[in-house]
Amino acid sequence: MTMTRRHTLLLGAALSMSLIATACGSSTGGDSGAATTKPAGTQANAATDVDAALNAGGTITVWAWEPTLKQVVADFQAKYPKVKVNLVNAGTGNDQYTALQNAIKAGSGVPDVAQIEYYALPQFALSKSVTDLTAYGADKLDGTFTPGPWNSVRSGSAIYGLPMDSGPMALFYNKEVFDKYKIAVPATWEDYIAAAKKLHAADPKAYITNDTGDAGFTTSMIWQAGGKPYQVDGTNVTINFADPGTQRFTAAWQQLVSGKLVAPISSWSDAWYKGLGDGSIATLVIGAWMPANLEGGVKAGSGKWQVAPMPQWEAGGKATAENGGSSLAVPELGANKALAYAFIKYADVEQGVQTRMDGGAFPATTAELNSPAFKDKPFPYFGGQKVNQVLAESAGEVVPGWSYLPYQVYANSIFNDTVGKAYVSGTTLQDGLKAWQDASVKYGQEQGFSVQ
Amino acid sequence: MTATTEHRSRAGRSAGGSSGGPLVIRRGHRRLGHPRRRRSTLLTLLTAIMLIYTLLPLAWLAINATKTQTGLFRSFGLWFDRDFALFGNIADTFTYDGGIFTRWLLNTLLYVIVGAGGATLLATLAGYGLAKFDFPGKKAVFAIVIGAVAVPGTALAVPTFLMFSNLGLTNSPWAIIIPSLVSPFGLYLMWTYAADAVPTEILESARVDGAREFQTFFRISLPLLSPGIVTVLLFNFVVTWNNYFLPLIMLKDPDWYPLTLGLKSWNAQAATAGGEAIFNLVITGSLLTIVPLVVAFLLLQRYWQSGLAAGSVKE
Amino acid sequence: MTTAQASPPGLRAAPRTRRSWTGWRFVGPFMAVFAVVFLAPIAYSIYLSLFRTKLIGGTTFVGADNYLKVLSDAQFWSAFGRVALFLVVQVPIMLFLALLLALAIDSGRLYGTSFFRISVFLPYAVPAVVATLMWGFMYGTRFGLIGNLDDLFGITLPDPLSPSLILTSIGNIVTWEFVGYNMLILYSALRVVNLSLYEAAEIDGASQLRIIWAIKLPALRGALLIATIFSIIGSFQLFNEPSILKSLAPNAITTYFTPNIYAYSLSFAGQQFDYSATVAIVMGVITMIIAYVVQLRGMRKGAGA
Repeated sequence: MTMTRRHTLLLGAALSMSLIATACGSSTGGDSGAATTKPAGTQANAATDVDAALNAGGTITVWAWEPTLKQVVADFQAKYPKVKVNLVNAGTGNDQYTALQNAIKAGSGVPDVAQIEYYALPQFALSKSVTDLTAYGADKLDGTFTPGPWNSVRSGSAIYGLPMDSGPMALFYNKEVFDKYKIAVPATWEDYIAAAKKLHAADPKAYITNDTGDAGFTTSMIWQAGGKPYQVDGTNVTINFADPGTQRFTAAWQQLVSGKLVAPISSWSDAWYKGLGDGSIATLVIGAWMPANLEGGVKAGSGKWQVAPMPQWEAGGKATAENGGSSLAVPELGANKALAYAFIKYADVEQGVQTRMDGGAFPATTAELNSPAFKDKPFPYFGGQKVNQVLAESAGEVVPGWSYLPYQVYANSIFNDTVGKAYVSGTTLQDGLKAWQDASVKYGQEQGFSVQ
Repeated sequence: MTATTEHRSRAGRSAGGSSGGPLVIRRGHRRLGHPRRRRSTLLTLLTAIMLIYTLLPLAWLAINATKTQTGLFRSFGLWFDRDFALFGNIADTFTYDGGIFTRWLLNTLLYVIVGAGGATLLATLAGYGLAKFDFPGKKAVFAIVIGAVAVPGTALAVPTFLMFSNLGLTNSPWAIIIPSLVSPFGLYLMWTYAADAVPTEILESARVDGAREFQTFFRISLPLLSPGIVTVLLFNFVVTWNNYFLPLIMLKDPDWYPLTLGLKSWNAQAATAGGEAIFNLVITGSLLTIVPLVVAFLLLQRYWQSGLAAGSVKE
Repeated sequence: MTTAQASPPGLRAAPRTRRSWTGWRFVGPFMAVFAVVFLAPIAYSIYLSLFRTKLIGGTTFVGADNYLKVLSDAQFWSAFGRVALFLVVQVPIMLFLALLLALAIDSGRLYGTSFFRISVFLPYAVPAVVATLMWGFMYGTRFGLIGNLDDLFGITLPDPLSPSLILTSIGNIVTWEFVGYNMLILYSALRVVNLSLYEAAEIDGASQLRIIWAIKLPALRGALLIATIFSIIGSFQLFNEPSILKSLAPNAITTYFTPNIYAYSLSFAGQQFDYSATVAIVMGVITMIIAYVVQLRGMRKGAGA
């Protein structure tokens, strides 16, 4: 799993030029174009194909940057000695999408399995660059995964990947700092803003959080606030950042930005890791995969951090959103799709899930999320808190109905050109989002989408 | 060319004598010139300000390579932390992730030896050819080379990738080595150098004696060209060693990464959920990456400086 | 630069040699590889620039449409304006510093001349990736060197990564990386000036400044011209430093910060390969024209001197 953002380079995914766009299944359930829905008999055959492929053996290449997959691959090869898996870290996030799109475009060197984040998957699905897995029986996995990730990999009746992990959001806060300044853990965003003011007044070097403009974070926040700025029906796209949910978010967050109450530090920089350790960045509202990063990168914060539910827009509310997370998908040009599916099923549904959880990953499967062993595990880093209870609860409260653009990778890449201005000049967040909307509409139209 | 240049090059020749080439020019200059000058403390101090500017970031790198991940965050940037972890960091750099840093180092050496070595050979041959032969299309050659250099390389990345992919060369060392074989700057340098360092009279007499051109080149010209070759080799060495963008596009398998790309992937690891932040190893690795270059420059400085001197005199 | 082939090295030696194809045996291997890695991709880019590919709707031939679009593209011209500004400010400063250093080191009046010479040159050996990471750290107003200085003196220095200063900060990194390299080119040119010229001037009672003005600077004209032209190409292709700093200053460095970054994001984030190729070609043509004009002017001044 990953952050949705690696600001590092402007790398973005490059969609295959060769793809001719037919609509993939529309959200109303109509099946169009080449989306393959095979009769049940064929499906059974495909499932047999998967078993046969495991017995026959062979070699597959997996492009993924998720660190826990290393052990999964080792176990998988031990269990199926005839299978050889080449696990290649072809770059994180956009770096890898670029490599994948280039390979697809060139028609050679395409891996059998690729890790693709949820926000990027529609782009690959639209171009039919990834295989519809219903032919291999993926549709039978309905109910296996939590709704957020499961909806993210589906388009109509087609399933373009299996959820590997998820990032239901929660409030990570530095309890030591909160106690020192006698700040209560905020339950609502109103409380959160009040806490931000109180903290910064008490210690001008401390901030409630950091933010320099991050597409993944902003869209997740709008998601939680009930906004649905993107409506996608095949190639018909509507973009509207003036909806009440978005405005609710911007009205609140604008106070933090205008009041200079958020640290102007970019996430994942060395300064960020330092701030998380020394108390100058007091909270993060972020995906459930964060504990592993805190444990690994912020050793100075051990024993200080705690996890609480995501602040709410209405007192007593229970609404969260997904932030980050990725799936494993099977590229259409892969050579050994049956074996590839066998591997992603092992990694995302079968034994691999536990292996990855042991490595610190946050699962997307309901069975694991609800298991007592998972929920009751104490985390020494968090002072013994059973953080998974908070995180698993969040997974069940994700607001339904969100969708990303079929060209979200590009849209996110220009987020800071537009919305970013709100962080460095007098532009408001709402105006910035309008500029982002206009740029996204323009791009969509240039690319042949019907965009309103 | 202008009268000024004519004058300079003639002057250069007369000072150096006819046989020794530019290396002798430089020595002659120094022996005759400098000892008689008064040294100036003021000028030294003024220049030292510039020196601080150039060395400060390097000092930062060296100092911070001695810190642990925790130490990096708690200490002043330009002074040491209480834990001195340089040797631990170096050991960790070489052992982290199954010792992949060593593999990157060897890859880089491969690219440098074959790529920079090949580029130097091609540039030497071509520069010599341009300087000492007249042939159809000669005027066009340099114009085309410089014109092509003006086109932003990053934008050519995708076309180049697609071509290489069709040839089955991506994700292999060849994807890095073949583009490294072309060094327009090296060509230019060798051209100007060869024009001066290899007297045409010698070539004429060799031809009269019936020697073949390549024989002449290897027996007579090559030794004369050696300071220039060392210079071009060093510059190609730097360019190939620091090559970043091309591998980024061409390689997916970390097993073929050069050091620059490997370090960047370590840096990016901090931005991966579940990934370990290893800024201390990124910094130590960066330091280790530039050490071989610095050593090479220090050891070979008398050669490359004389090579440059001859190159710059004419244009 | 293109007229460089009319300059002495090749052609002066040439008349003594019979015009034949022999030279190609030496130049051929270089040009063959050059054709594969430079000319073929450029030709392919020109081909691409005549088409437009949509995610929905496929590829169509559009003739010169992409070129017309570049000419009226506000983002392209904003990027171009930025590197042009960079060129007219950073390059003169860098070359002036390099010139001062070269003159100081060549003067023979420094203690530890060779130490200065190699030390100033060292940054050139640092990969741009590493250089930018280092400076990026030092620019930090909170935990970086700027932050340390603020704490130490109780002041608030301006943020080098803010939109108003970011170009200056990048200029500083580029200057740091290349001042020693340019110094060396100039210094090398000074080393081959005939000493008897200095001696004669000194006997005539000329001051050091007079010697610099009358002998050294004219001797440097050719080297300065070369350094300028390489700097023009470098400025117009500015990419590594801003793209790596973007992670620290995401709002100050846009996806159309420089023409090269613009071409790159069009191609890699936007999948607009054809338009990206067009931007690259237009920028290449502009670069060639400017480098050519600078060279012509440089030559003319040289002739007048």
